[in-house]
Amino acid sequence: MTTRVGVVTFPGSLDDRDAARAVKLAGAEPVALWHGDKDLRQVDAVILPGGFSYGDYLRCGAIARFSPVMETIVEQARAGLPVLGICNGFQVLCESHLLPGALTRNDHLHFICRDQRLRVENADTAWTADFAAGQEITVPLKNGEGGYVADERTLDELEAEGRVVFRYLDVNPNGSRRDIAGITNAAGNVVGLMPHPEHAVEALTGPTTDGLGFFTSVLRKLVA
Amino acid sequence: MSPTSHARPQLDTVKHAAETPDTPLPWAELGLKQDEYERITQILDRRPTGAELAMYSVMWSEHCSYKSSKVHLRQFGEKAPASDALLVGIGENAGVVDVGQGYAVTFKVESHNHPSYIEPYQGAATGVGGIVRDILAMGARPVAVMDPLRFGAADHPDTHRVLPGVVAGIGGYGNCLGLPNIGGEVVFDSCYQGNPLVNALCVGVMRHEDIHLAKATGPGNRVILYGARTGGDGIGGVSVLASETFDDSGKPAKRPAVQVGDPFQEKLLIECTLEIFAEGLVAGIQDLGGAGLSCATSELASAGSGGMRIDLDTVPLRDASLSPEEILMSESQERMCAVVTPENEARFLEICAKWDVIATVIGEVTEGDRLEIFWRGEQIVDVPPRTVAHEGPVYQRPFARPDWQDALQADDAGALPRPRTADELRAQVLRLVGSPNQADKSWITDQYDRYVLGNTVLAQPEDGGMIRIDEDTNLGVALATDGNGRYAKLDPYAGAQLALAEAYRNVAATGARPLAVTDCLNFGSPEDPAVMWQFAEATRGLADACQTLGTPVTGGNVSLYNQTGEVAIHPTPVVGVLGVIDDVTRRTPMAFTEPGQLIYLLGDTAEEFGGSAWSQVVHDHLGGRPPRVDLAAERLLAEILIAASRDGMVDAAHDLSDGGLIQAVTESCVRGGLGARLVVPDGLDPFTFLFSESTARAVVAVPRSEETRFTDMCVARSQPVTRIGVIDGDAIELQGRFAIPLAELREAGERTLRALFA
Repeated sequence: MTTRVGVVTFPGSLDDRDAARAVKLAGAEPVALWHGDKDLRQVDAVILPGGFSYGDYLRCGAIARFSPVMETIVEQARAGLPVLGICNGFQVLCESHLLPGALTRNDHLHFICRDQRLRVENADTAWTADFAAGQEITVPLKNGEGGYVADERTLDELEAEGRVVFRYLDVNPNGSRRDIAGITNAAGNVVGLMPHPEHAVEALTGPTTDGLGFFTSVLRKLVA
Repeated sequence: MSPTSHARPQLDTVKHAAETPDTPLPWAELGLKQDEYERITQILDRRPTGAELAMYSVMWSEHCSYKSSKVHLRQFGEKAPASDALLVGIGENAGVVDVGQGYAVTFKVESHNHPSYIEPYQGAATGVGGIVRDILAMGARPVAVMDPLRFGAADHPDTHRVLPGVVAGIGGYGNCLGLPNIGGEVVFDSCYQGNPLVNALCVGVMRHEDIHLAKATGPGNRVILYGARTGGDGIGGVSVLASETFDDSGKPAKRPAVQVGDPFQEKLLIECTLEIFAEGLVAGIQDLGGAGLSCATSELASAGSGGMRIDLDTVPLRDASLSPEEILMSESQERMCAVVTPENEARFLEICAKWDVIATVIGEVTEGDRLEIFWRGEQIVDVPPRTVAHEGPVYQRPFARPDWQDALQADDAGALPRPRTADELRAQVLRLVGSPNQADKSWITDQYDRYVLGNTVLAQPEDGGMIRIDEDTNLGVALATDGNGRYAKLDPYAGAQLALAEAYRNVAATGARPLAVTDCLNFGSPEDPAVMWQFAEATRGLADACQTLGTPVTGGNVSLYNQTGEVAIHPTPVVGVLGVIDDVTRRTPMAFTEPGQLIYLLGDTAEEFGGSAWSQVVHDHLGGRPPRVDLAAERLLAEILIAASRDGMVDAAHDLSDGGLIQAVTESCVRGGLGARLVVPDGLDPFTFLFSESTARAVVAVPRSEETRFTDMCVARSQPVTRIGVIDGDAIELQGRFAIPLAELREAGERTLRALFA
């Protein structure tokens, strides 16, 4: 049976097609999920893609958090459903309190699009099992509000529990605390990051194919 | 009576206008000339109502009617080369080109110059929004944008106001729409100080059968306005803002006339419209841009049988105090107008509701040939729509070659002092590479998303942007935009041809076959005979060159009055070329990535420095003649580059243009992270070899295994080809003269814009 990975489309989602393509290239079946629909259509995992859900009105991710689809996703994520939040998806996960902290305006105040080197700090999550801890990967980064912040205690906790999943290398592109690019929940099934692995799945269009590992990881976990 | 005042003693109905023939109207304030106003009264056989006057004034403005440029633009049609690729030509929202496999591509470049000077962020943002809706209205999914930009001097304080706002506006709007930004230009020249050029290009893809036209037919069909509510922004933007010179004469500030964009609304509008197209629900469609509802209703009606009735009270408003004239003129963004049969109305409205897009039936197509508009039950417009949309005034503006042109051309750049020693040569290379126009532009382009949609094969700083349009067959398109105002100032006829030649060459360098052209003609005031001569020469040059190269002009835009007081910008025709590539995996990038590969120069190099980057950077000079145009050589070069790409004979190619060979080699080396050893070919001096801007040239990286095959092909086709060096090491070395470490070149190029703007 093919693994079904849901990709949510909010009004203003932009990278939903890209995420679906990445899922397909990894060998799973992408399933379109609609923000207004609570039904997750029996998917085995969910991706919240990048974009500007609800136009970033109020705060990035702040309105998406209240959409009907998120109600079910929050509930099932707490029960172990693998969820990956990319960029705006990461912001939605933080707003939904599935992940701690928040994403703030880049410290240099500009949108930035660049090929970003990252270190995989935790290769035990649902979305990183196909990497090796310490592995360095390059995937595109593109955001205006990607500065990860949390209070010191939370940051210490994340570090102590190994929940910092990705760290920026070479340059910190947005002023994130402790160079944090992505984190996970304690159970390791919910991962959020600012960079875009779905844009690094084909040599033709991406800087590398390093991003494929995210999507093959979740497949392996679900099949295992 | 003023059509823009809120306190209105009496509604100016058609009946009232007929009864009060002597009421004076503010036609002059609305930009109409006396004879134009008289023509309106003749057409209507009475004085116009306030609402009718508003419509005529805005639709007969330079921006909408092309009244000064029309007589010259006709050449693009008259001289159009026979092309079986053209599915829809000039006159629709955008041209449509057949790219094979059942796909059609539509593309167009437009200007948003004046608004971007006044309000850089919103001006640039709504420029993107407008061109994207044009493409959408043809039935296509927009797939990429590009932005040719020109600013005043890089170190001028006002450039520091304009540029960051423009760049943030383009990024803020385009990024939020989810359209990759794949190229464009950034040029600095003090001639653009008070008149920056903010041009925006969009390209869209559809199946042949999905082409939609702006046409209202079928009496009883509904006219549906959907998208954003109508507000007070951009009122009079077209007739007043876009067609009037900025000067210091103390006129009231026009800031509120710039429209305000909401990219989120536009993103919803795109997805909603594409779903409506997919279900075949529209009979005709038009976006609302310049002149808003005046334009959309009159153009839709006149392209059909002519009859349409609109109830203006039904238009959803952001500001309930708007007068009917203001509603007709408002340029509020993110709106579209569709003509829908009664049986499709319910489904149309249902899809709009799904996307939270407001949709309102505002009228219907009628029998007859009049556009009739009602307000509170009374008729305020009763016009033949063609007279509004298409039968505006046409001017034969006087033009004359300026008296300074001879002196300018006699001031030969070839006579400027040249570097005498190897050290001077080396120093001038670094100055050139670090000059604002030649410097690395990533501080700007990194603010644009180039990855979204996942089909970007090439993006800036590559010669052309390339987009995959079919993931199974790897069919793709490439696009480049170019323009060189310095060349065009020296010789507008040649300058326009050089812009086309460069964009054509850039597309071919990626491996794509050039197919069609869009242009944005940026000039000063048409009321100045010297400017009008530049315009006439440039359009003639471009039309002639398009005919020779076999690439028809499919559409575009004219922007006049780009001048401050008496001083016009350099004539700046910006040309976009679209090409097709059957297999995007065969594309040729610009980076030198393999040590040991051979560097070949294609084309002939002569001593040509007029208008060159070298003459500007080293001598602050503009004079002489631009490089010689050789379209036959361009065509041959393109064929060679395309064949080399298709057959895998070259691993990299980069076109030679401003900055000459050393600029091109530096860019290819820096991008690939490898150096090069160069040898000056026999018969050339090092200075000419490095800095000349002779056209129809490119450098290519040839694997040694392909060398014989490649040079044999060139020789067999009589393509001039010279081996000039090898990719190697971590410096660019001109044998026997100098070596510059790659790190130093990279630093020189990357430092400039960051130091100025970051």
